[in-house]
Amino acid sequence: MIEKALGGTRRYWIWIVVLLAVIGAGTLVYLRQFQEGLTVTGLSRDVPWGFYIAQFTFLVGVAASAVMVVLPYYLHDYKAFGKLTVLGEFLAIAAVCMCMLFIFVDMGYPTRVLNIALHPTLNSLMFWDMVVMMGYLVLNVVISRVTFSAEQRKVAPPRWIKPLIILSIPWAVSIHTVTAFLYSGLAARPFWMTAILAPRFLATAFAAGPALLILICLLVRRFTGYDVGREALKKLGVIVAYAMSINLFFILLELFTVGYSDIPEHLEHLKYMYFGVGGQSTLWIWMWASGIIGLFSLVLLLVPKLRTNETLLALACVAVVVSIWIEKGMSMVVVGFVPNPFHEFTEYAPSASELTISLGIYAVGILILTGLLKVALDVRKHKPKVV
Amino acid sequence: MYDKGKILAGIALFLVLVLFPVWYGAAQGGPGRPPDLVVGTDAESCVRDTETMRISHMDLLDEWRNRVVRDGVRRDEVSGREMSLTRTCLDCHADREGFCTKCHDYAGVDPDCWDCHNLPEGAGHER
Amino acid sequence: MSGETSRRVFLQTTGAAVLGIGCGIPLVRALASEIEDEQGTGPRWAMVVDTRKCAETCGKIDGSPPCAAACHRIHNVPTKIEDPKEEVKWIWTEPYEHTFPGRDPKYLSDDLRGQDVLVLCNHCENPPCVRVCPTQATWKRDDGIVMMDMHRCIGCRYCIVGCPYGSRSFNWKDPRPHIEEVDDDFPTRSKGVVEKCNFCSEKARDSADGTWTPECVAVCPEKALIWGDISDPESELRKTLAERFTVLRKPELGTRPRVFYLV
Repeated sequence: MIEKALGGTRRYWIWIVVLLAVIGAGTLVYLRQFQEGLTVTGLSRDVPWGFYIAQFTFLVGVAASAVMVVLPYYLHDYKAFGKLTVLGEFLAIAAVCMCMLFIFVDMGYPTRVLNIALHPTLNSLMFWDMVVMMGYLVLNVVISRVTFSAEQRKVAPPRWIKPLIILSIPWAVSIHTVTAFLYSGLAARPFWMTAILAPRFLATAFAAGPALLILICLLVRRFTGYDVGREALKKLGVIVAYAMSINLFFILLELFTVGYSDIPEHLEHLKYMYFGVGGQSTLWIWMWASGIIGLFSLVLLLVPKLRTNETLLALACVAVVVSIWIEKGMSMVVVGFVPNPFHEFTEYAPSASELTISLGIYAVGILILTGLLKVALDVRKHKPKVV
Repeated sequence: MYDKGKILAGIALFLVLVLFPVWYGAAQGGPGRPPDLVVGTDAESCVRDTETMRISHMDLLDEWRNRVVRDGVRRDEVSGREMSLTRTCLDCHADREGFCTKCHDYAGVDPDCWDCHNLPEGAGHER
Repeated sequence: MSGETSRRVFLQTTGAAVLGIGCGIPLVRALASEIEDEQGTGPRWAMVVDTRKCAETCGKIDGSPPCAAACHRIHNVPTKIEDPKEEVKWIWTEPYEHTFPGRDPKYLSDDLRGQDVLVLCNHCENPPCVRVCPTQATWKRDDGIVMMDMHRCIGCRYCIVGCPYGSRSFNWKDPRPHIEEVDDDFPTRSKGVVEKCNFCSEKARDSADGTWTPECVAVCPEKALIWGDISDPESELRKTLAERFTVLRKPELGTRPRVFYLV
């Protein structure tokens, strides 16, 4: 079965080689980081976490979003998602792998990373994050393998898989909740210390993840002819519309509480994020862009006539992913550190090394996804035309 | 057996890779036997018997560092010596290069002790 | 069962077992580990910083005050790192307004405005850094000192993120070339680990009765720093706390700092 990933058209192989080249570049730069330390990043004593941890956070959301196809299909027997669920699970597997790599490259002493498992610490959310991520990876690998091979042999999946599938639903929620707890339980960082951080993370996850899934489905259909069906795409579009609306609502809730209560310690972060007050960075421009792109996507998503147009749906999905990526992948982590505990403003921008390593990790994720999809689609052979 | 050629080639490749240290060492003209170490002392005994030290000095050092750093215990109950790499071990085995490094190089291990711990008596901080 | 199926089953089982052990064992061990009792019976170390004495003595000194210089010298702190973003420091000064934020700076008394205040690790009674550390590389000793185990730190920097006082430094690169002069009596650090003030706990090594005086306290010519056992009502530290008004940094966070300030 796995050997299906090793046979393909010229175009498939060019794609693989490009990905391997990016991974190679990322690996080389990582080796330099390994030699010289995290000094090659743009991080500092005031902004100790940055691009890597932000990508991790964004991708946990992508991983968790698989639940948005699993839940309707398995709990509500929503047949239209039948051809989609395995794609969602594969996306989750690729995303979890990227998450782990982003955590790994962020470690100052990577050769000791197993200490998290050797000296388990219940009071550390990082320990719990490792537990839930590993668990989620195992669940998704097992579920997708078992259901897929049953489908292939045209038999019903074994009965024991059903409890695992049901377990995977709250588990998906848990991975993003624990990731939010990583931030929201810290008295030191008022910007993150909000009880709706976890719901906000889930809202952005359930918007960006399915949006990404729609885009992947469209790409897959374009290049392989494998079609998940218009019905499924339409329904995913509705899910994105809801989640994006809730996300906007949550942002407004945050703005109200922080703005109306007017506590400087909380407000300063928002002022920095949206107006650059106190700092010199251009992050606020990105944040406005994120807001405007997000609103634009919402218009496209909320009007049924626009949403059901596949080109516009694709455009809306790109806008959703970009808007949320800016918020989660660029700003959310960094703004928590500016100003610092001494109320000083230290700027952060990822270095070229950081970006190259991150690109390499994304390439690993895309490679994993490509390989899994190749195998699955070749086996399904819904259309004889392969990649 | 089908794919006989592929399987045999695979096994051969596997053996070549797995035996890398052996043939690489041989090609480099490395010593086939353990190096002669500068023990640096005539003392009858170490903090444990020689055999134990040879096999598991790293475990002892791990244990010592946890006892000192985490439990705040400084004296080794068995030998009565202070549990210290620089103040006890190197007190006898003063020639680090001739003792520690030589064997570690031979064994192909690269412990990170000296990234932080200094040689006593102003021996500088060069690795 | 076809050859392919049995191979697949084998690979799957092996993979699942490896992952299961990877997740399961740490969980079981964590559940089995004891919750450490924070209250010992021995001394609990704490410090009082007399900011007015500090200002009188060192108010006009450029650069590091002598206490900081001495601390950094004996602890091999890489003071030659020029880039403030990668600075490593155990004890230093910050302007009053930054150390005790939240007061209206406009109506601050003249002598406090812009005054340098000594800051260091607060050795909190309820330390957030210890709570967040995933490997117990930092923990609270029975004598109240928040310690670092440089052998165990994985460099995740969660403790820096969790510390409300900015007391922790990360080694962004190999610190050794940036140390003024290496003191062989104390280890240096390697790149990739977090470090901070340890209340000079290494001095217990050469102490007969298990007590010691931190270097910063010992070198201060004006005795602006008072150090002692906060569990001993007869200690100079406790008497100072009983007689004079002291403030803490961000007391509202409930970390219960063990560095007190006379203002």
